[in-house]
Amino acid sequence: MDTQQHMEDRLWDYIDGMAGEEEKSFIDQLIGSNLEWKTKYKELLDVHQLMQTSLELDEPSLRFRQNVMEEIAKYQIAPATKSYINKNIVRGIGAFFIVMVIGFFVSGFAQVNWSDSSSSTMIPIDFNKVDWSKFFNNTYMNIFMMVNIVLGLMLLDMYLGKKKKELENKTQL
Amino acid sequence: MDTGSTDSEIISRVLRGEQQAFAELVNRYQNFVFTITLRYTDNREDAEEIAQDIFVKAYRSLADFRGASKFSTWLYTIVTTSCITFLRKKKLETRSLDDEKVFEQADNQNSGFTANQIEQKSKVAMVNEAIKLLLPDDAKIITLFYKGEQSLEEIGVIMGMEPNTVKVKLHRARQRLKEKMEKKFPQEVADASWR
Repeated sequence: MDTQQHMEDRLWDYIDGMAGEEEKSFIDQLIGSNLEWKTKYKELLDVHQLMQTSLELDEPSLRFRQNVMEEIAKYQIAPATKSYINKNIVRGIGAFFIVMVIGFFVSGFAQVNWSDSSSSTMIPIDFNKVDWSKFFNNTYMNIFMMVNIVLGLMLLDMYLGKKKKELENKTQL
Repeated sequence: MDTGSTDSEIISRVLRGEQQAFAELVNRYQNFVFTITLRYTDNREDAEEIAQDIFVKAYRSLADFRGASKFSTWLYTIVTTSCITFLRKKKLETRSLDDEKVFEQADNQNSGFTANQIEQKSKVAMVNEAIKLLLPDDAKIITLFYKGEQSLEEIGVIMGMEPNTVKVKLHRARQRLKEKMEKKFPQEVADASWR
């Protein structure tokens, strides 16, 4: 690291009060005994104090707050995200993907000839002999699509059920 | 206008349906939010529009504020995402902090200060003019640290960075600000005690 940059970084930490006790006392000594460190410390401290005292915030127009209040009058506070995210749906989707991945692994390992010692690699799988068509044949795709359709219908059913409940609640009120 | 209530108390009132209480939060944070948006747009009208949009978003999402952080930290996170969205919409090129050309561009911005004008400027004006010459991210990190009452950890949450990264960026941003002041306001800097 560049020595000058390293010195500045350590001094900024010291000025910001982020240096540890040991580092703090070490820098105290350096500032007291080394002219270069003392000069740089004073330089950075001046910049720091200048920013603390002189940095100002800009002000928006006088009508700003009124404009915001007029705008928010058109809206309602949205319900908290956690209130409409159904954890069971998230868990269901997660479970589905885990089952899919496990299924692929089981099918894959089922094709491995573990007793075959002719393979020169560490892994006892001859990838040339793996029959990929077993994974991506029509039956597999059909099962995959069917599961997705069933899941989709379940989600639609839950959504419509929720809507129906909301309507019933409104009519009761 | 300020009733002395804490942010949490005001938020509870707003969530109970007292919409007008939100005006207190706007009053408290409007200058800070506007300053940050102005750092990104350099245009008061755009900055005000984005700032207004930020408060509307904050109001609408208020139920999502769980109080795990300060309200200001949560609000400034919305400021950051809104400013980034604005820049994307405007199709401004995303500029790397390490891009030398960017510094040249920033150097050339607002460089029309005459010697007489500079001489008349106070230290306050010098700092506030110099910060406008910085890249938005540099200006924002300095403003958050010195005016936003945010710790490095909180700035990290706002900017989506690790506190250590924020620390390094803050060091560099201050260094660049110092260089800008030395370059653009040599007379003022000569009067200041660090030179």
